Amino acid sequence: MKPPPFEYYNPTTVDEALSLLAEHGYDAKPLAGGQSLIPIMNFRLAQPAVLVDLNNISELSYIQPDEGGGLRLGAMTRHHQVEHDPLIAERAPLIFEAMPMIATSQIRSRGTFGGSIAHADPSAELVAVSVALGGRFRLRSQSGEREAAASEFFLGMFATLLEPQELLVEATFPAMPARTGWALMEVARRPHDFALVGVAAVLSLDDQDRCQDTRIVFLSVGDGPVTAHHAAEVLRGQAPTPELMRAAAETAAADDIDPSSDIHASAAYRRHLVKVLTRQALELAFERAKL
Amino acid sequence: MKKSIGERIKRTEDPRLLTGQALFVDDVNIPNMLHAAFLRSDYAHAYLRSVDVSEARARPGVVAVFTAEDMGDDWQPGPPLVSPPPTVEDITFYSRRQVPLAKDKVRHVGEPIAVVIAESRYIAEDAVEDILVDLDPLEVVSDIETALDPNAPLVHDDLDSNLAAHMIQSKGDYQAAKATAEVVISRKIEIDRGAAAAMENRGIVADWDSKSQHLTVWDTTQAPIPIRNGLAARLGLSESQVRVIAPFIGGAFGPKMMMFYPEEMRIPWISIQLGRAIKWIEDRRENFYATTQERRQVHEAEMLLTREGKILGVSHTFLHDSGAYDPYGLTIPLNTESHAMGAYAVPNYFSDLTVVFTNKILTTPIRGAGRPQGIFVVERLLDLAAKELEMDPVEIRKLNFIPPDAFPYEQQIIDQAFSPLIFDSGDYQPVMEKAAGMIGYDQFVKEEQPRLRAEDKHVGIGIVPFVETTGVGPYEGARITIEASGKINVATGVGTQGQGHFTAFAQVVAEQLGVDVKDVNLVTGDTAQFHWGTGTFASRGAVVAANAIHASALIVREKVLKLASKLLEAPEEELELEDGYVRVADIPHLSISLGDLAAEANPLRGAVEPGTEPGLEATAYFGPKYGAIAFGVHAMIIEVDPETMMVEIKRYVVVEDCGTVINPLILEGQIHGGVAMGIGNAYYEQLIYDENAQLLNASLADYLIPTANEVPRIEIGHFETRSPLNPLGTKGVGEAGTIPVPALFAQAIENAFPDHDLEILEMPLSPNRLFELLQEKESEK
Ligand SMILES: Cc1cc2nc3c(=O)[nH]c(=O)nc-3n(C[C@H](O)[C@H](O)[C@H](O)COP(=O)(O)OP(=O)(O)OC[C@H]3O[C@@H](n4cnc5c(N)ncnc54)[C@H](O)[C@@H]3O)c2cc1C
Repeated sequence: MKPPPFEYYNPTTVDEALSLLAEHGYDAKPLAGGQSLIPIMNFRLAQPAVLVDLNNISELSYIQPDEGGGLRLGAMTRHHQVEHDPLIAERAPLIFEAMPMIATSQIRSRGTFGGSIAHADPSAELVAVSVALGGRFRLRSQSGEREAAASEFFLGMFATLLEPQELLVEATFPAMPARTGWALMEVARRPHDFALVGVAAVLSLDDQDRCQDTRIVFLSVGDGPVTAHHAAEVLRGQAPTPELMRAAAETAAADDIDPSSDIHASAAYRRHLVKVLTRQALELAFERAKL
Repeated sequence: MKKSIGERIKRTEDPRLLTGQALFVDDVNIPNMLHAAFLRSDYAHAYLRSVDVSEARARPGVVAVFTAEDMGDDWQPGPPLVSPPPTVEDITFYSRRQVPLAKDKVRHVGEPIAVVIAESRYIAEDAVEDILVDLDPLEVVSDIETALDPNAPLVHDDLDSNLAAHMIQSKGDYQAAKATAEVVISRKIEIDRGAAAAMENRGIVADWDSKSQHLTVWDTTQAPIPIRNGLAARLGLSESQVRVIAPFIGGAFGPKMMMFYPEEMRIPWISIQLGRAIKWIEDRRENFYATTQERRQVHEAEMLLTREGKILGVSHTFLHDSGAYDPYGLTIPLNTESHAMGAYAVPNYFSDLTVVFTNKILTTPIRGAGRPQGIFVVERLLDLAAKELEMDPVEIRKLNFIPPDAFPYEQQIIDQAFSPLIFDSGDYQPVMEKAAGMIGYDQFVKEEQPRLRAEDKHVGIGIVPFVETTGVGPYEGARITIEASGKINVATGVGTQGQGHFTAFAQVVAEQLGVDVKDVNLVTGDTAQFHWGTGTFASRGAVVAANAIHASALIVREKVLKLASKLLEAPEEELELEDGYVRVADIPHLSISLGDLAAEANPLRGAVEPGTEPGLEATAYFGPKYGAIAFGVHAMIIEVDPETMMVEIKRYVVVEDCGTVINPLILEGQIHGGVAMGIGNAYYEQLIYDENAQLLNASLADYLIPTANEVPRIEIGHFETRSPLNPLGTKGVGEAGTIPVPALFAQAIENAFPDHDLEILEMPLSPNRLFELLQEKESEK
């Protein structure tokens, strides 16, 4: 379990990193926390000829308030920084809630926000949470910068809009509207494992306690984050009674997902968990929205 | 005399281990050392047409590449690891042993085909990718249940079928008993494969010094002496030319026994060929493909009872998965048989064992070693019987225990060593009662559980007794020397893999010589220090090795007393050994230190008188007549989330009777580790193979080992029934923690779903499987 030979570069600025990526193109990979990339290289599943280490680019590591109550996170912000940051707890409690569910504290001390997003594991909490929160990502290459909504950024299993010469530099999250509740529920074999199924829910109420906007996004049930459009439709404009939330959960399990079976969970068990977790997540989000 | 045995002494080896100061095989670095990497088969079953290593040999940094062809006459299958079964009637056994590098055919994924030796492991792994191998895939024997189909492919072409062994054992007259039995419980029961998954993988460093014509081998083996002897024989060297050192080892659990793994045989051979030191450290992926596994069996099992719940008989016809080879003979399935009657007086027993070859890595004992399967079978049948008879699970067990006055109790079958299975001593009922009391069984069942059930909580309780055959022969030995410094040096042949030997064995010495355990220096697992014995396995260290150390300490004590009596001019009976001194009991200033005494015993002037020996030293051996039978009861309370199938262990109680306890702290540590492993076997750890015998979860991301999160606090009670078979009265405990856990889980989970009539007849379970089982019951409703 040793990687094949590779060249290693250790830039200290984003511009330097971008020029290395421009030079080496498809042969190069950025190295963030290395918690996903290094094991893959040790298994020889990825054999990049060039590694561009981002760990010494201090300009990529920050958590800042954005105008209007939003948030900006640099790509190299470590999971454990996000986990313990009061601004995150205040402005993006869904992200705050997700952090302890990601791997172990050892892995969170190295792994990065940007690495998690760029890696686009369909089981990653931050992937689903970013979509549920309406997050946006800033991508930069030598030829310029562009922005993508989280809902459009993820293309499938480990696939994103990122071009080989491009870096993810920042994630932004808008302020949560008033009367908005959130919840993240998941079932994992052991607390630090990738979830068998997870669901992130964000629910906004109008002044009559009716669902104005609901976003339900699943992890580990498809090739990427899976948004429950049918279930959201069931709730739209309705008061979320227990019966209605149950119905929405059933709709999600029946119509919004097409899970596959693997060694840890059959499709039927995953569907069942989606039903259970969606109901629980909606109930909790509703409770929180009413506060 | 101050007592040392039985003291809760903290392990003296831990500061070294915990601060990274202990030597492990991978810490051995020798100038000019080379590194090895193996090319392994990707197929479970294939003809090996050709291997082209020319490109690998040409890669810069590569020193050599070997295939089976390159080994010439040195290519030979490994030796049998246990004595093959006696050729008596009723036993069929075909011996097929693992090969050093595959020739003609590969028989499991991970079987080594070629080995690259290079300046670094990185280069060696790069060169492995340069090798062109032509494998012609064959149909695969992927499971024991289809292995004997008439048209099944053959793992070994020279055999008529995949039958590895067949054997029948019986006691009483099972068929006659069945004719009169009022209750007959029959079920199919399955246990699947798991891994030992030690924290440290295997590793070996071999260093051939051509000038001194001497081979030194550092090996993660549990049995350095047999490995030395076997290596010497295979390499054409004298035993004195080979030194095997088993330094600290990060867990072993069975697969590191005297295996003569292909790598273990090849690396020393290559070191001699090249005249260079060679290191090979197994990586985690190799550990899943090339280190032995265990547990898969399928039983058609049956229990006969009276209406009152008295067991009349147990029978099981079962298949045991040997994997591709069977160097370990029948050890595991015979252990299963030794435990299939549990702790009960069973008058009639019938067992029909069939061992089959499959295209998987071979199975050899892993902590538990066939015992968890036997206990699972008998305890499951008994639970089902209790349900049918509407009896309390605790009561039906008490009714059937072997009574205390029946010991020694002859089981009338043979054990894994082909000797009669005899239970030496025990008193089972009080242990069961103690466990039930500790977990509050009656109160939970009568009050708490009904209250929680009313709150819609799915809580279940389980309580399961088990026996453990421990401390088998042949023998171990030890040499104890009192040094002039006053330190005591102890050398023994067994290796150490975390058991706390340095402390427990020191306590046995301290008990006789009246010294502090810190002044006892133990050397284990170095054949240059001690070269008689077999190794650490089968829960035998505290029985066989500790009693050898005890025997040798007694002789040294005699020598001490004799010499001190002469020097202090006092009769031996008036002397006492304390704090490193020999004193005249009532005249404390009349004393001499053990160090001074040792110096006196090794004089610089004068001759050694005929019939005497210099020094205060003795070597002694111990071999038990037969194994000592330990006993214990585990109990637990769980809560299952009926929506997610997640199981939470609320309480876990163990009461253990392993005879004399040398160090309760170490004993409890053994139990904690064993229970953790058992929890893995019950709910987490399953090796999942597909129909091509490809392992689907060959990493620790997918093969789930319980962590501190999944292992509950364990409350432990002790009970001591001394073994009459050895002077210390000890019984083994190394595997105890693991044995009853699957049976316990099954009982507790069934108990948590009283309305579902759930039957758990398989292990390991998982949330997904529990969901399926409950769905089946729902749809039956
Ligand atoms: C045992 C274990 C358990 C885990 N459990 C979980 C879990 O439960 N939930 C979870 O979400 N994650 C889990 N992870 C993954 C962990 O969160 C990783 O840290 C994360 O997925 C990747 O982050 P990283 O910084 O380590 O990225 P790296 O491993 O360094 O990189 C991952 C990929 O992203 C690319 N990349 C990284 N940064 C950028 C960038 N700025 N721009 C463009 N491309 C970039 C890399 O080139 C690489 O392809 C687990 C990991 C391990 C080892």
